[in-house]
Amino acid sequence: MSRHVVARAGEIPVGGRKLVTVAGRTVGIFHLAGEYFALLNRCPHQGASLCTGMLVGFADSNEPGEYSLTRQGEMLRCPWHGWEFDIRTGQSWCEPSRLRVKAYPVSVEAGARLVKGPYVAETYEVTLEDDYVILTI
Amino acid sequence: MNVATSGAIDCDIHPAVRTTKDLVPYLDDYWREMRVLRELDRLDLMSYPAAIPLSGRPDWRPKAGNPGTDFQMLVEQALDHFDLRYAICNCLYGAQAVFDENMAAAFCRAINDWLRAEWLDRDARLRASIVLPAQSPDLAAAEIERLADDKRFVQVLFLARCDFPLGRKFYWPIYSAAVRHGLPIGIHAGGMFRHAPTQSGHPSYFIEDFAAESQAFAVQLGSLVSEGVFTKFPELRVVLIESGVAWLPAMLWRFGKDWRGVRVEVPWVKETPASIIRDHVRLTIQPLDAPPNSSDLLRLIEHIGSEDVLLFSTDYPHWHFDGDAVLPSLPATLLKKIQVENPLATYPRLAEAIQ
Amino acid sequence: MSTQEVADPRLHTDKSDPVRVGVVDCDIHPAPPAPDEMLRFLPKRWHSYMATYGARIAGQPTSGIVPYPRMAPGHGMRMDAWPPGGGFPGSDLKFMQEQLLDACGIEFGILQPLTIGSTTTNLELGAALCEATNEWQLEKWTRKDRRLKAAICVPQEDAAASVAMIEHCAPEKDFVHIAVPTRTVEPFGRKRYWPIFEAAEHYDLPICMHPPASGFHCNTPTGWVSYYIEEHVAFAHPPQTIITSLIMEGVLERFPKLKVVLVEGGFAWVPALAWRLDRLWHRMRDEVPHVKHAPSEYFPRNFWFTTQPMEEPESPEHLLDTIRWIGAGRLMFSTDYPHWDFDDPRNAFKTTIAPQDRAAIFRENAVALFRLNEA
Repeated sequence: MSRHVVARAGEIPVGGRKLVTVAGRTVGIFHLAGEYFALLNRCPHQGASLCTGMLVGFADSNEPGEYSLTRQGEMLRCPWHGWEFDIRTGQSWCEPSRLRVKAYPVSVEAGARLVKGPYVAETYEVTLEDDYVILTI
Repeated sequence: MNVATSGAIDCDIHPAVRTTKDLVPYLDDYWREMRVLRELDRLDLMSYPAAIPLSGRPDWRPKAGNPGTDFQMLVEQALDHFDLRYAICNCLYGAQAVFDENMAAAFCRAINDWLRAEWLDRDARLRASIVLPAQSPDLAAAEIERLADDKRFVQVLFLARCDFPLGRKFYWPIYSAAVRHGLPIGIHAGGMFRHAPTQSGHPSYFIEDFAAESQAFAVQLGSLVSEGVFTKFPELRVVLIESGVAWLPAMLWRFGKDWRGVRVEVPWVKETPASIIRDHVRLTIQPLDAPPNSSDLLRLIEHIGSEDVLLFSTDYPHWHFDGDAVLPSLPATLLKKIQVENPLATYPRLAEAIQ
Repeated sequence: MSTQEVADPRLHTDKSDPVRVGVVDCDIHPAPPAPDEMLRFLPKRWHSYMATYGARIAGQPTSGIVPYPRMAPGHGMRMDAWPPGGGFPGSDLKFMQEQLLDACGIEFGILQPLTIGSTTTNLELGAALCEATNEWQLEKWTRKDRRLKAAICVPQEDAAASVAMIEHCAPEKDFVHIAVPTRTVEPFGRKRYWPIFEAAEHYDLPICMHPPASGFHCNTPTGWVSYYIEEHVAFAHPPQTIITSLIMEGVLERFPKLKVVLVEGGFAWVPALAWRLDRLWHRMRDEVPHVKHAPSEYFPRNFWFTTQPMEEPESPEHLLDTIRWIGAGRLMFSTDYPHWDFDDPRNAFKTTIAPQDRAAIFRENAVALFRLNEA
């Protein structure tokens, strides 16, 4: 595993995303209210660019004819067949035990902590003025 | 006697009303008079004209009268000959299809009372489905309540082609009553002729109408699942009677794939359609739209993905097999399951009767 | 590092033939970038008619949405198919070339324009719309990218007008098939449509039948369904009605060389229909004495099926039984670009198909049927 800078902390607005290509893979970085998540940009179904899909809420129901919408903006609909993936975990909603898109750990780190860590990071120019969004891949 | 079916539970046989005169003892004064005044002589359902080859195997046709009208023949040729433990009577007389819901209800009541008095009372092996005036769910639910205490009624009967897809809330009073009394829903091939038999109108030939029935069954399953009937009534069981069976796997595959992408439209459907259908739905085996060779038939059963789903039936006196060839070419253990365990698991009232 | 987290057999992509020779896509939906573009090809008298009275589309209660709205904008388009330069999915040739033709190795693409000319109740308007769509395909599509082949759209409820249109278009080799919707006023084998079969057989043009967004009758034999999911599952049914009708009406006796392609109905239902029709015919053939052969015998002779939306069994290898039962010679690959239920040729099959079957399904069957090598 290696860690990669992919964006500045303020660069991706809340509810926004950025697609980056790192180490031969395209990954979508998502910002959900102070937390960042990253998913491989490939739907496990037929290989669509998953991370370009619509961000939606989770539609649920207890009774036929009754609808609730929670976790708005936290579900990703594949742009092709509409399979729903939980951005936080990569878990697909339908048959959650069987299908998952690859999720990568993402953390926001202050500039000073870049230097050391459990994983060897690629070396980048760093400053201490901004927080960086670091991708571990 | 056919030893291979000894002890089997036949989930589909057809006693038949001769004319509405048979029902007179079970009609009230008003309807007796209307029957004469308005010449309500016959209500034969046009899905099953009595003279077509399918309606009666030649050796199962009485010398006089339509197939299924002769009690003694049915007892000898079905119950005795196949050595059945029980047989479920599904009466297809067309009172269910009549437009006047009150007339429908009155004649359905009469059919059910006729079934009791002239069939169930005369042979302890016989059981029956309650014939319902589905065009009025309230009257249908009332009919269920009226008969529910008679444990020889083991199911309630719909035709496959109705006013609306059967998942619609319109029908839920019926499901409520059925579930309350532990009665599965039987959906039998045939129709009320409210709509053209196909999406492109009326075919020229009867054989085309008949072929299209398998589509109706698929639509009904789609509706029951999509409308959330099994969410609302988790104990409900559905039996598809005379559907042909082979169409089922393709429908499960397509439905499941669509559900993954379209789930948000029907968020009360929380499991795969295939698993819901395997849990709640059963199919009788006659007729079987079987592949020409038996190893492919076994593959088809594997495609369905469950050995619990098939229920034995002769469909007497309909003509689907000759001689004693009622059992498909399947392993003996599976055949036993189809003949006994699966029907007992499907019909609680049958299971209670043998305890 | 593995890009797949879970070893789910359905996620297996057949990697036995990574270099594809060339794929024939039998179902591509071109669109005008804006409705106005089609007006250029339509006589002026219809402009104000449609602006005032609408297009008179059968079975559509409200305008602006289809009767069963899809789960994605654009009446159910792939979310990534909106051209960056603007316009409707499927309307930008350059983007289609990039995203579909080049990216997926499409050697030939068969257009299915889905014109409302076939589902309008005003047959004169229908004929005009079909004619407009036919001209538009040549000018905007097939003359600009030689991989693309056109449909002769016909107002099938007016057989005479349809025949005239076929006769007019047939000499132009960019037209490789006749397009008709799967839901018609009468079952498609009925006599009113026979002049179309005569013309189709005469010019050796297959008839491709694709589900419309609405139709002239109730969408099921037991009333209207409530949900799009039900409607989509039921797309598999009109093709069955068509096959049954063409066989039982004796169309295939009268026109033995007729070729019919059922498009976008999937294909897993085909074997059960053949077995069912055989069983019924053996019992009731006296009703239809003009049907000289067991119904299943017509399937390998007169019918083809496009693969999309490919059914996905829980055990993917079950599909191999289905393909064996139908015969790989009857199947032709299609993407349905740019619709949401698009099948990608690189990933649509979740099980390994024998190489000769792959070649047949992805290319050879369509090349032979549409005579693509004669271009």
